Amino acid sequence: MILVFCELKDGQIRKPSAEALSEGRRLADASGKKLGALFAGASCAGSAEAAKYGADVILTAEAPTLAFYSSDAFAQLVADAVKAKGATVLLAAATAMGKDVTPRAAARLGAGYASDVTALSMVDGKLQAVRPVYAGKAFATTTFTSAVQVATTRPNVFPAAEKAGAGAAESLPAPTGDFKSVVKEILAKATGKVDLTEANVIVSGGRGMKNGDNFKILEDLADALGGVVGASRAAVDAEWGLPHSMQVGQTGKVVSPTLYIACGISGAIQHIAGMSGSKFIVAINKDPEAPIFKLASYGIVGDLFEVVPELTKAAKAMGIGKG
Amino acid sequence: MKILVALKQVPDTETKIKVAADGRSLDPADVKWITGPYDEYALEEALRLKEGKGAEVVALSVGGDSAKEVLRNALALGADSAVLLKGDGQGDALAVAHMVAGWAKDKGFDLILCGNKGIGGDNAAMGPMLAELLGVAQANVIVKLEVGDGTFRAEREIEGGSEIVEGALPAVITAQKGLNEPRYASLKGIMAAKKKTIEELDAVAAPAVAVVSALALPPERPAGRRLEGEPAAQAQALLQALKDEAKVF
Ligand SMILES: Cc1cc2nc3c(=O)[nH]c(=O)nc-3n(C[C@H](O)[C@H](O)[C@H](O)COP(=O)(O)OP(=O)(O)OC[C@H]3O[C@@H](n4cnc5c(N)ncnc54)[C@H](O)[C@@H]3O)c2cc1C
Ligand SMILES: Cc1cc2nc3c(=O)[nH]c(=O)nc-3n(C[C@H](O)[C@H](O)[C@H](O)COP(=O)(O)OP(=O)(O)OC[C@H]3O[C@@H](n4cnc5c(N)ncnc54)[C@H](O)[C@@H]3O)c2cc1C
Repeated sequence: MILVFCELKDGQIRKPSAEALSEGRRLADASGKKLGALFAGASCAGSAEAAKYGADVILTAEAPTLAFYSSDAFAQLVADAVKAKGATVLLAAATAMGKDVTPRAAARLGAGYASDVTALSMVDGKLQAVRPVYAGKAFATTTFTSAVQVATTRPNVFPAAEKAGAGAAESLPAPTGDFKSVVKEILAKATGKVDLTEANVIVSGGRGMKNGDNFKILEDLADALGGVVGASRAAVDAEWGLPHSMQVGQTGKVVSPTLYIACGISGAIQHIAGMSGSKFIVAINKDPEAPIFKLASYGIVGDLFEVVPELTKAAKAMGIGKG
Repeated sequence: MKILVALKQVPDTETKIKVAADGRSLDPADVKWITGPYDEYALEEALRLKEGKGAEVVALSVGGDSAKEVLRNALALGADSAVLLKGDGQGDALAVAHMVAGWAKDKGFDLILCGNKGIGGDNAAMGPMLAELLGVAQANVIVKLEVGDGTFRAEREIEGGSEIVEGALPAVITAQKGLNEPRYASLKGIMAAKKKTIEELDAVAAPAVAVVSALALPPERPAGRRLEGEPAAQAQALLQALKDEAKVF
């Protein structure tokens, strides 16, 4: 079996989990295996949706003690499920939770682990993964010698494809005993916007924005395009009031949106590390020699303070971002 | 309190990546090596705990002789002692975790600080694997840490915000940018570090279970196109191209 650890949010499967499930289905078909979806929490309402993405079996562990995430309890639960089902491949999305629980579960299983992968295949019955290394400057093919193989899938890379599965429900016992650590509180940002790592469109600003207030014009463009705003490290470090969670790059977020618009960003290697996986890159920069243009699918040499508002105006006029 | 800081030697972020003749590893020629940037936050946090509450800080790296540079630097910054576990520190994360756990398990550490990821391998795996092997609590990608009497409280970055994790010591904590501002070594520290010895031990044998079988450079991005004209015309042309050619909208 190929087992996929899935996350729910507001009673729905999170998009990165749906992507991991879809990729799991593809691998299961290629290797003649079954696909299992695994959920854990105080309530797993919404888990039935996994059948839509091809799950043959839907495993749920429901208990009041699982209302708040605990790294050690969840890792134990996931590893136990792998053993109980005799699964040989364990997948999860490379989200905050996925990246926290899977390596710990892998260690528990003595299994090899590849994180944040961008391609997967089954070779001679074993998982093979391709993942960016050296900040996207190279791609490593990872092969495994362990009986169980574990990987996390990078959000926005694998398509979430619907394919009906049997979706037989089965419940699992929840771990008991003292949890070594547990989440006490979630301090959410109030914006309600999607995270950079899951965004389809990102409008990013760099030092060329000159101050934090000017990011308003990027917000306007992002709103018109149905996207979110990111920043370079120079902008985040400039004390313009931008949180580190906005930073894209080697020491920030690694993003792979369909469209990345870089405004007043020169294209330093550490910035590129975070966004070179974008499908289309637009660069707006007044310096025609800026390295970002080497990467750009479309380049605009010009003053961002003139170009960005025009883009917002044109996007609204064309009705983009509405459908 | 006894604190272990795991530091990894990684290629500088500016390194131009060349694939070695074996087709599966990095050509080491012209690579400048540095301490993992996230590991610097881990070490700084340990030093602040030492200054605040009193603690013994041990710096550890798994690697070859060159990793001594990382340890020498840690000593210069204020670590009390340093241990080099001689082994393949660039291999599989689980193997490295086994080596560190094999050495650390009976040393009575209250806190083990790591970077949240080693740049290069970018697995973000060694910390949680080590926590599991040692059977202790973990908290990853931490931007704020409070250590109490046998307990910790940490703020961890998640999508769209952060969460507060509480747990029992001993624990493995992995550092994220924002946790602190790492200090620079003083001349006095550098001189004192020269006199300290780095303990060298052979790491326990730990077979790799995930191996890199091929390393390749990314495919070239197709050549882009410049959009000319006045800002309004450029804007119009861009959106039209994104709609019609790229089919983004
Ligand atoms: C270990 C390490 C880690 C790092 N991690 C990251 C990271 O995660 N993310 C990151 O981004 N950086 C990172 N950096 C920093 C990186 O090296 C660069 O310093 C940074 O990316 C530069 O940001 P920038 O492009 O906004 O600024 P600059 O390089 O100063 O570029 C500003 C650009 O704006 C243009 N501009 C100015 N005014 C206008 C205007 N009116 N209209 C149009 N264009 C204009 C200029 O032509 C210039 O190209 C890291 C560095 C190190 C050493
Ligand atoms: C130069 C280079 C060459 C590589 N060549 C190969 C290769 O030939 N074959 C192959 O299979 N893989 C290779 N890799 C892949 C990669 O090294 C492994 O995935 C890696 O050892 C796991 O570390 P990570 O950087 O992904 O660690 P992470 O899990 O991201 O590290 C997290 C944290 O754990 C701690 N840590 C990790 N490693 C050590 C260490 N050695 N000593 C002390 N603390 C540590 C640090 O605190 C670090 O911040 C190479 C990587 C590099 C940088």
